[in-house]
Amino acid sequence: MNVLVALVAVVGLFLLGLAGGASGLGWLFGVGIPYAALVLFVGGLIYRVLGWAKVPVPFRIPTTSGQEKSLSWIKQQKLDNPHNTLTVIGRMALEVLFFRSLLKNTKTEMVEGRRLVYATDLALWVAGMAMHWSLLIVLIRHLRLFTNPVPFFVTFLEATDGFMEVGLPVVYVTSIVFVVGLVYLLYRRLAISQVRYISLVNDYFPLLLMLAIGVSGIWLRHLAKTDIASVKEMALGLARFSPVVADSVSPIFYGHLFLVCVLLAYFPFSKLVHMAGVFMSPTRNMANNNRAVRHINPWDYPVKVHTYEEYEDDLREKMIRAGIPVERQ
Amino acid sequence: MTRKSPKPDEMEYYQQEELLKVDWEPPKTSWMDTPVDFRPGTFIYPGKAKNLTVFDLPYPRDWAVTDEDWQLPEGWKKTVLEGMAERLSKYRSFKIFMDTCVRCGACADKCHFFIGSGDPKNMPVLRAELLRSVYRKDFTALGKVFGKLAGGRELTPEVIKEWFYYFYQCTECRRCSVFCPYGIDTAEITMMGRELLGLLGLYVNWVIEPVANCYRYGNHLGIQPHGLKDTLDFMADDIEEATGIRIDIPINKKGAEILFFTPSGDFVAAPGIYTCMAYMLLFHELGIDYTWSTYASDGGNFGLFTSHEAMKRLNSKIYAEAKRLGVKWILGGECGHMWRVIHQYMNTMTGPADFLEVPKSPLTGTVFENARSAKVVHIMEFLADAIRHGKLKLDPSRNDHIRVTFHDSCNPARGMGILEEPRYVIRNVCNNFFEMPENTIREQTFCCGGGAGLGTDENMEMRLRGGLPRGSAVRYVQERHGVNQLAAMCAIDRATLVTVCDYWAPGVEVTGISELVANAMVFEGESKRTHNLRLEPIPGMEDAEGEDKVVEVAAHE
Repeated sequence: MNVLVALVAVVGLFLLGLAGGASGLGWLFGVGIPYAALVLFVGGLIYRVLGWAKVPVPFRIPTTSGQEKSLSWIKQQKLDNPHNTLTVIGRMALEVLFFRSLLKNTKTEMVEGRRLVYATDLALWVAGMAMHWSLLIVLIRHLRLFTNPVPFFVTFLEATDGFMEVGLPVVYVTSIVFVVGLVYLLYRRLAISQVRYISLVNDYFPLLLMLAIGVSGIWLRHLAKTDIASVKEMALGLARFSPVVADSVSPIFYGHLFLVCVLLAYFPFSKLVHMAGVFMSPTRNMANNNRAVRHINPWDYPVKVHTYEEYEDDLREKMIRAGIPVERQ
Repeated sequence: MTRKSPKPDEMEYYQQEELLKVDWEPPKTSWMDTPVDFRPGTFIYPGKAKNLTVFDLPYPRDWAVTDEDWQLPEGWKKTVLEGMAERLSKYRSFKIFMDTCVRCGACADKCHFFIGSGDPKNMPVLRAELLRSVYRKDFTALGKVFGKLAGGRELTPEVIKEWFYYFYQCTECRRCSVFCPYGIDTAEITMMGRELLGLLGLYVNWVIEPVANCYRYGNHLGIQPHGLKDTLDFMADDIEEATGIRIDIPINKKGAEILFFTPSGDFVAAPGIYTCMAYMLLFHELGIDYTWSTYASDGGNFGLFTSHEAMKRLNSKIYAEAKRLGVKWILGGECGHMWRVIHQYMNTMTGPADFLEVPKSPLTGTVFENARSAKVVHIMEFLADAIRHGKLKLDPSRNDHIRVTFHDSCNPARGMGILEEPRYVIRNVCNNFFEMPENTIREQTFCCGGGAGLGTDENMEMRLRGGLPRGSAVRYVQERHGVNQLAAMCAIDRATLVTVCDYWAPGVEVTGISELVANAMVFEGESKRTHNLRLEPIPGMEDAEGEDKVVEVAAHE
C-alpha cells in the first residue's frame, strides 16, 4: 500500500515534468523551479543543521564498540573507542565514508530449533555503499554540464567510469550500479517482511524518486539521445545566473530535471537529512574520556537531594547504637 | 499431594519448546492498528503512590496496568507534547535520533527482546517509531501537512499504554546502537519515553521503589545503617569460616584513602554476596585503607531508569560523601548500570571532584590517568594493575573445578569499553576460561534480559524470552567446553542471569569476578583452604584437611 502511494506520486511528478517541458513552460520548469529547489535544498539543509546545532549535548554518551583507553599495557581500540578528537575523526571518517557500523551487520537465525547463530550479512552494506558512492560519482560527472572548461577531475572520473567502453555514448559503470543498488534496496524493503512492516511512504518515495531519476537519466543519454549541447547551454546558464531555455531538448529532460528538483526540495525535510545528521550523532562523534575530562552540561540545574545531614538526623540513634561514627552526638 | 501449578511469575510456567517457537514474522495488521496485549508475565506493576510521594514525583495514585482507565491527569496530552518539545530542545541525541532514522532495519534482529519474542515493536526501529510517529505528527513540516500519509500519529491514551509496555520492555542495553549506521541509541529513546510517561505519574514499581529507598537510605534495598553493619559482619563471619582470617570492616571512616561502593544487590543475595565478601577479603589482605559508607551505600542508580533528574538526585551522594569523609579517591565495585552512570554522567552531573586527588594505586603506584578528572576507578582496572605488578599471590588451581565463561555486561561494554581488564583478571585466576561465540560478547554482548528495571518476577516471560540469546550462547559453551560457571561484573546479572541460566542452560552457576580472585588468592596466615567463599568444599582440596590434621597430630607427638 505505502509503496503504491509512493509509486503513484513519483510517476505523477515525472509526468508533470514531462508536461511542463512539452507545453512550452520551459522557463518555469527549466529555470524557475530548479532555482527554487536549490534554494530550498541549501536553505533547508542549513536550517536543519543549525536546528540540531543549537540543541545542546548535555552528556557525553558515546557508544563504545571496543576496548577503552585505560592501563598503559592494555591495547586501546582507538577507532572503536576513541579518547580524543583525532581518534573521533578517525571513527567518524570510517563511519561516513565506509558505513563501518553497518559493516558489522549480522542476521540472526535459529538452528536445530534451539540454537541462535549470527551470520555475517553484508547485503545491505554492499547495496548501501554501491548506491551512495555511485550517486556521488554520478553527481560529480554532471559537473561537465555546469562547467566550461570541464575540470580535469571530472574528465578523469568519466574516463575511469566508462572504462568498459561499451556503447555510444559510452555506458558508465556507476549509472548501472546506482540503479541496481536502488533496485536491491527497494527489493529488500518489500521482500524482508520485518522491513516491509516498518516501511512508510517516506521510505519508498525517495527510493522510487531516485530510481526514476536514474532511469530517466540513462534514457536521456542512451535512448532519447537528447541534444546534449542544448542541455549544457541551459545548465551553464543556470550556473552562471544568466539562464537560457533551449527549445531542442527532449521533454524527458524536463521530466528528469523536475524529479531532481523534487528530490532537492524534499531532501532537507525528510529522512534524507541523515546525510548531515550522521556527523552530529552524539554516540559516534564524542570521545570516550568522561572520567579524564569533565564534560559540561550547559543547562545543568540544582536538584533536590537528601543530604547527609538529613540522613543522619533520621537515623542517628540507630547509627550510634550500632557503633557507626556520626557527625553530631 | 499435587504440586501447585506454576504461575506466570515463575519460570516453571513456561515450556521451553513453546518459547523456542519464536515467530519473527510480523502480524497482518499494521503496527499502528495493533493494540497492546497486557499478558501476565510480560509487564511490570505500576509504581506505588507512596514511593512516588517519597521522591516528590507528580500524580501519585494507585492504578493497575490492566485497568481500562489509567486516570491520566487533566491536560495530559499537552503535558506530554510540551515535555517532548522541552527534551527536543535540551538533548541533541533525542532530536537527531528522531530525525535521521532511515528505517533500514539493521537494528531489528539485534535486540534480545525481538529475537526472543518476535514482537515487531521490540525491533529497536519500531520501538523508536512509537515516539517518532508522534514527533512526526506534531513537530515536523511533512507530518503536519501529510499526517498519517507521512507516518504521523495522533497521541492517544492507547499510545501512552503502548509506550508504557514497550519502554519497559527495553533494557537500555545499547546493542542496537552498535550496529546503527547513525549511532541511534534506543537507550536514549527509551529514557526519553520513560521521562514523558513519568510526567503523567506512570512508573513501574520495580524501579521507583528502589529509587525511593535509595533517596532515603542511600541504597536501593532500603538497608539502614545498622542493618548494613550487621550484614557486613555476617559476611565477615563467613569469611573467617572459609579462610580462618578475621577481617575488620571500616564503615564511615573519616580520612580513609579510598571510598569504596558497590551495588547494594551484593549485600543481600547469593551469588552477589560472595563478590562482596571477596572485596573485603582482598582489601584486608592487600592492606588497603578504605571505607564503606552507609549514606553512599549504593553505587547503583535506578534514577538512570527513571529520568536524568532522578539520576542526578541519587548520584549526588557519592561525591558529597567522598568530601565529607575526606578520602583521596573513589573505587567502584562490579556493576553494570552503575558504571554507565559513574563513567558517562557523574563527572558532568555532580562534579567537579576537584577536592579529590588523581587516583593512584597504593599497591603499585600506578596513576589512573583515564580517571584523573572523575577520580573513580573500576575494581577491574585496579585488580588488573595489581596482578600485572605481581601484588596478588594467586593459586589459580584452586579454581580448577570451575570452567568459566565471561558475560560482558551491557553498560561496561558499550558505555565504557572495559573489555580486556576483566578477561586479564579471569585468565590469571582461572585455568579454564572459555569465550562464548564472538557475536555474543564484547561490544556485541547480549543483555541478561533484566536490566533497566525489568528484572522482576512478574515480568518472567519477557525475562526468559529476552534472556534467550544469552542463554543460547551459554548453553553452547556448556555443551562444547563443559562450562559450569558464568562470570559477570554486574549485580543485575548476578540476580537475573541465575534465572536465565537455570532455564536455558541448567547447571551453569553465576559468579562475580572478584569472587574468583578471592578464591584463587593465597592469603597471609590463612588456614588450609578446603572451602570456597560459598562455603562449598573445593574439589581436590577435601583431603587436604585430613592430611593437615595428621601432620598436626604427628607434630604434637
